Amino acid sequence: MRHTISVIVENKPGVLHRVSGLFSRRGFNIESLAVGTTDKPNVSRMTIVVEGDEQTLEQIIKQLYKQIDVLRVFDLPHAESFERELALIKVHANEKTRPEITQIAEICSARIVDVADDSLMIEISAEKEKVENIQKLLDKFGIQELVRTGKIALQRGSNS
Amino acid sequence: MEITGAQALIESLKKEGVEVIFGYPGGTVLPIYDVLYNEKAIRHILTRHEQGAAHAADGYARVTGKVGVCLATSGPGATNLTTGIATAYMDSIPLVAITGQVPTALIGRDSFQEADVTGITQPITKHNYLVKTAEDIPRVIKEAFHIARSGRPGPVVVDIAKDAQVKKFKFKYPDKIDLPGYKPTLKGHPRQIKAAAKMISLSKRPVIYAGGGILSANAAKELLAFAEKLNIPVTTTMMGLGAFPDTHSLALHMLGMHGTAYANYAVQECDLLIAVGARFDDRVTGHLPTFAPKAKHIHIDIDPAEIGKNVRADVPIVGDAKQTLKDLLEKVKSAGGTEKGKHEAWLKQIEEWKNKYPLTYKKEKSLKPQYIVEMINEITKGRAIICTEVGQNQMWAAQYFKYDNPRSFVSSGGLGTMGYGFPAAIGAQIGRPDAIVFDIAGDGSIQMNMQEMTTAVNNKLPIKIVVLNNCFLGMVRQWQELLYDKRYSATNLCNNPDLVKVARAYGAEAMRITKPEEVKKALLEALKIKDRPVLLDFVVHKEENVFPFVPPGQAINEMLID
Repeated sequence: MRHTISVIVENKPGVLHRVSGLFSRRGFNIESLAVGTTDKPNVSRMTIVVEGDEQTLEQIIKQLYKQIDVLRVFDLPHAESFERELALIKVHANEKTRPEITQIAEICSARIVDVADDSLMIEISAEKEKVENIQKLLDKFGIQELVRTGKIALQRGSNS
Repeated sequence: MEITGAQALIESLKKEGVEVIFGYPGGTVLPIYDVLYNEKAIRHILTRHEQGAAHAADGYARVTGKVGVCLATSGPGATNLTTGIATAYMDSIPLVAITGQVPTALIGRDSFQEADVTGITQPITKHNYLVKTAEDIPRVIKEAFHIARSGRPGPVVVDIAKDAQVKKFKFKYPDKIDLPGYKPTLKGHPRQIKAAAKMISLSKRPVIYAGGGILSANAAKELLAFAEKLNIPVTTTMMGLGAFPDTHSLALHMLGMHGTAYANYAVQECDLLIAVGARFDDRVTGHLPTFAPKAKHIHIDIDPAEIGKNVRADVPIVGDAKQTLKDLLEKVKSAGGTEKGKHEAWLKQIEEWKNKYPLTYKKEKSLKPQYIVEMINEITKGRAIICTEVGQNQMWAAQYFKYDNPRSFVSSGGLGTMGYGFPAAIGAQIGRPDAIVFDIAGDGSIQMNMQEMTTAVNNKLPIKIVVLNNCFLGMVRQWQELLYDKRYSATNLCNNPDLVKVARAYGAEAMRITKPEEVKKALLEALKIKDRPVLLDFVVHKEENVFPFVPPGQAINEMLID
């Protein structure tokens, strides 16, 4: 099963290494990891998507808590969370294909952020599935480059 | 008044009550060594290898309960510490390892003797620090000692850049610690304690499985009271030896791969397993799904991550062993679960196993290693600190000496570090100058840190080094005999040097013993030597095996008894 966990850490040198190292040496699989500062400059939030059963998830959370720089860890239940991923996709385009690509972007609520003679850059911020969907749709035009941020998430409502 | 970072470091160590540092100098710790030159309150023990310093600090910590401190230079000095740090980490030993680092301006440029010490030691420390400014030294040292000794103890590395050691600043030792991400839970949850008490009251065949956590928590007295009041037999892990008196009638001794048959049978037949400060290591459980198959589990540990890691607990209790055992006993008592004669049938069954399958070996004319350990126990009346190396020597030392006192068995359990015992014995003897300290070694292990003989001689440490010399890497050979069709690949050490001559060259006393009738006399003679180490080279039965033996991956009641 896939879980999204939020890890609130002290923004100290090496903290990313501590967390990623913990995952690799204990054999936990990271599907994606996104890090950034929070409203407090000395605190960062990592959003980590992991694959594993309930027991593995429990171990991951407990092992994370053992890290001195880790302040809080919580599992974000899919149904109660707002989740986003950002992707930038550079796709081959010519006069003939440009309208179709533009249309796909529009339908998928993506934006064209850069236009060149032979390519378009598309920005999409959406749930993982939608990002994968547009990627699939654009594939036939020839994707030149693609970058994804990994998932970020927050619990809905006034919790956490 | 302004002082240098190096002075601030030593002042901070004094504030933490440090009396001894085990170390080895080098380029990036010169400012620290310069301060130590005039220092009266802290004794520096110069080892002959940084690994020796780390193990000595660890041995010192194990016998005294204080935080051990070691010091080394950057690069190779620091990497040489790592085996010792990993050893302490696996056995939850409080250690602060201080390393020099190249000046901040040179960090990250592959400078001379530079290594990424915080990166390298991250997986083998409870926490680590890279200190780049002098002003951070007092706070970091305060935090390092707090982290090392509290909660589940462990090693902390403090890597200090050379320029931070030199810079002057106004020193003030902090009186508060601000670690919002570190708050160990000491008191078990009342609801879980209540659930555990109920389970204990209902149990007909309970067993206590006690680990090294009893010793870290100084909870041996509480464990004894708990077991006696509730009439529950106790088995200990190897790390838990000394946590419960071996000579007590409720003692089942060690369990697991080389545990006693009766301990393993008791665990396999019990209906309730009360694990305290133990972590269900594979050397204890054997084949995990068949471990204690009839039992409900109460698991008491200060580290929440240990609970549920290997075995699901029916009642998990996160807390300090000392406090939790006290609280739990009170709860069982108030629930009326302490009537006399409890578990009579169960204890009778255990007595039968004890009589039927005692710990034993074939007594032959040749010199048996088990006999030597028995004689050490006899002549010291069980009052000695026994350090061990790793392998057969370690198992015989664990099996045939009777540990009645906490902190009397010093051995690398988790990491299984050959070469640990001798430097650890040096640390133990320095921490407990009054005690009789033995290192029970094999001819393989003793050669892994033989250079520390100089340290022992120079410091006039009367350590008794008992080499059970079988000209083999005995435990590996045993596995080759039993599991690899006697193909003794690379385990024959017949080209060893003459260890008696080697010891004498270092300035130690040394004897060679070849017959059983010489053992007692030699040991008594060794005990008389008070001003230098003595190496006793016992030429023992070559192909003696450690039994019982649970082959890896088997259930622990499927052991080979002989």
